[in-house]
Amino acid sequence: MSEPILEVTDLVKHFPVQVGVLFKRTVGHVRAVDGVSFSLARGETLGVVGESGCGKSTLAQVLMRLERATSGSVTFEGRDIFSLRGQELRRLRRDVQIVLQDPYTSLNPRMTVGDLVGEPYEIHADVAPRGERRRRVQELLELVGLNPEHINRYPHQFSGGQRQRIGIARALALRPKVIICDEPVSALDVSVQAQVMNLLGELQTRFDLSYVFIAHDLSVVRHLSTRVAVMYLGKIVEIGTDDQIYEHPTHPYTQALLSAVPLPDPEQRGRREVIRLTGDVPSPVDPPSGCRFRTRCWKAQDLCAQEEPPLVDRLGHPSACHFAEERPRIVPTSA
Amino acid sequence: MSTVYDGESGEFVPPQEIAAAQDESLLQVLGLQVEFRTRDGVAKVLNGVSYHVNAGETLAVLGESGSGKSVTAQAIMGILDTPPAFVTGGSVTFKGEELLTASAERRRMVRGEGIAMIFQDALSALNPVFTVGFQIAEQLRLRRGMGKAQARAAAIELLEQVRIPHAAGRFGDYPHQFSGGMRQRVMIAMALALDPEVLIADEPTTALDVTVQAQIMDLLAEIQRERAMGLVLITHDLGVVAEVADRIAVMYAGRIVESGGAREIYRRPGHPYTVALLESLPRLDLKGQQLNTIKGLPPSLTDIPPGCPFHPRCRLAQDICRRQVPEPVPLDAARSSACHFTGELMDRV
Repeated sequence: MSEPILEVTDLVKHFPVQVGVLFKRTVGHVRAVDGVSFSLARGETLGVVGESGCGKSTLAQVLMRLERATSGSVTFEGRDIFSLRGQELRRLRRDVQIVLQDPYTSLNPRMTVGDLVGEPYEIHADVAPRGERRRRVQELLELVGLNPEHINRYPHQFSGGQRQRIGIARALALRPKVIICDEPVSALDVSVQAQVMNLLGELQTRFDLSYVFIAHDLSVVRHLSTRVAVMYLGKIVEIGTDDQIYEHPTHPYTQALLSAVPLPDPEQRGRREVIRLTGDVPSPVDPPSGCRFRTRCWKAQDLCAQEEPPLVDRLGHPSACHFAEERPRIVPTSA
Repeated sequence: MSTVYDGESGEFVPPQEIAAAQDESLLQVLGLQVEFRTRDGVAKVLNGVSYHVNAGETLAVLGESGSGKSVTAQAIMGILDTPPAFVTGGSVTFKGEELLTASAERRRMVRGEGIAMIFQDALSALNPVFTVGFQIAEQLRLRRGMGKAQARAAAIELLEQVRIPHAAGRFGDYPHQFSGGMRQRVMIAMALALDPEVLIADEPTTALDVTVQAQIMDLLAEIQRERAMGLVLITHDLGVVAEVADRIAVMYAGRIVESGGAREIYRRPGHPYTVALLESLPRLDLKGQQLNTIKGLPPSLTDIPPGCPFHPRCRLAQDICRRQVPEPVPLDAARSSACHFTGELMDRV
């Protein structure tokens, strides 16, 4: 593996919880991201999965430097992104782009497609001189499978899938190296979702892009990712290759998550192990002591409440469980 | 349809079995047509939808956004907004009684007691200014004539049935004090209050996380078994359908394009749209899978293509598909497909 393009070390992002109107008091912290480390290699896709509230979208915002980290570091091509200023920061904005979940609210309804996709050139004028912008935008539209003649249309004239393509074209405008995809297909119908996933795959090969692909849908993540990180309450609980996570998961949360995904095959009904978690995810304001998953875990022992299991190599890949072990028949392999 | 194609013998036989199957159905929709009259024109949202559900059975209505699956449910319940929506044809019968021509009073009686419905977004389906206990007990007091204490006890029992922890203590909580999964349970409790015979669940787990979705689906399945309810599960999730459905009706552009037993349809889909849906789904259990996409987009309902509505996106489309709307062809007693080339398609697989 080549040297990582993005390196995240012990990243922490806490949001203060405040009460009072005039004299605000901080009464606690939402520990949205609480000590996350991973690296992203050039041309690779790292999938990040987890349920709502696990901190995956906050992670995206911090990686984009839309939010500052509470502590920890993120380096892009070896440079700490939080110490960048001026010209250097502008350069980072060019290299790291984001595709957002909701194609309905992430596009300004009063701007034409041409303005939306071409807007990055207003700030990064050196990428495309003024006279050339229209042509560049049309090229981008064609690249993502939209009709370049629709450059003067408004977002409401497009369907959800087409709007997501506009969002992708906009992210590509400055020729980025890394794209953070925050639930890019979860608002789309199955038939359209496949089109957008295939498009993301093609663009990656063509432009040698690296993706951080954030999603709650484990099947979508498996399809696009080379490596996968599973998050729970602000922490990565297990990380590994596609095979390691999907075929040989060792963390109970990963196992439960995988076993809860309904398989589109009625023949598998009742033939796979079903692990049903009880209760909901605890509040990130006051996470459980020790292992955060212990309150919903069937393996929990006293040790789990006392000592937080570190994310270290167990049975071949990193897993943050004191009692990590493989379990058969979580995901039956079909023909 | 005077004869039925029998897949076993390859011959056409009289459709007595189909008629027999439909006689006993609890809820039956036949040729339902609904249009939305808007300033931008008339949208033909339902163009002859037929399905039925029997007691103790789960029918999954599968389709993408805009296919008309929720509108069908709203028409059954009589909760369409008119205008813009108008029912222009067809029938909905519940235990043999026609609902579309029934009085408003009669329909109100059927709602809740005969057919109840739960919705995708529990937060907006529940009233934020009343406690959940009040909202469940309200129906019992109005419709069952229970006193306050009696309704309260019954409501708490319902909350226990849907496994809300400390039900008695949560009776006085407001919807926003519950998590997403718990709110969905509250809505299920509300729907069960009058002991309905049919439950329509419109995307009940779409807004939920996968581990919570599994809990809710288990709960629905269990309740259905216990009460022998007919369940109409409206969803776009092919995984959920595969796990719970007995039968499936696949909708596209306001029509049922294919219906039949769940196992049979997944094993050997009889309509090109169903085939394409299954091929475009990323699967957890398949590695390095090639996703086949469906080209283009679902049609605009104000401008449905002539002939088969799926033809512009179909790999098998021929001239006849552009000219003639394919009628549902029975494939066996329980299956039908609305495609001119079903035979060829199924022989290929």
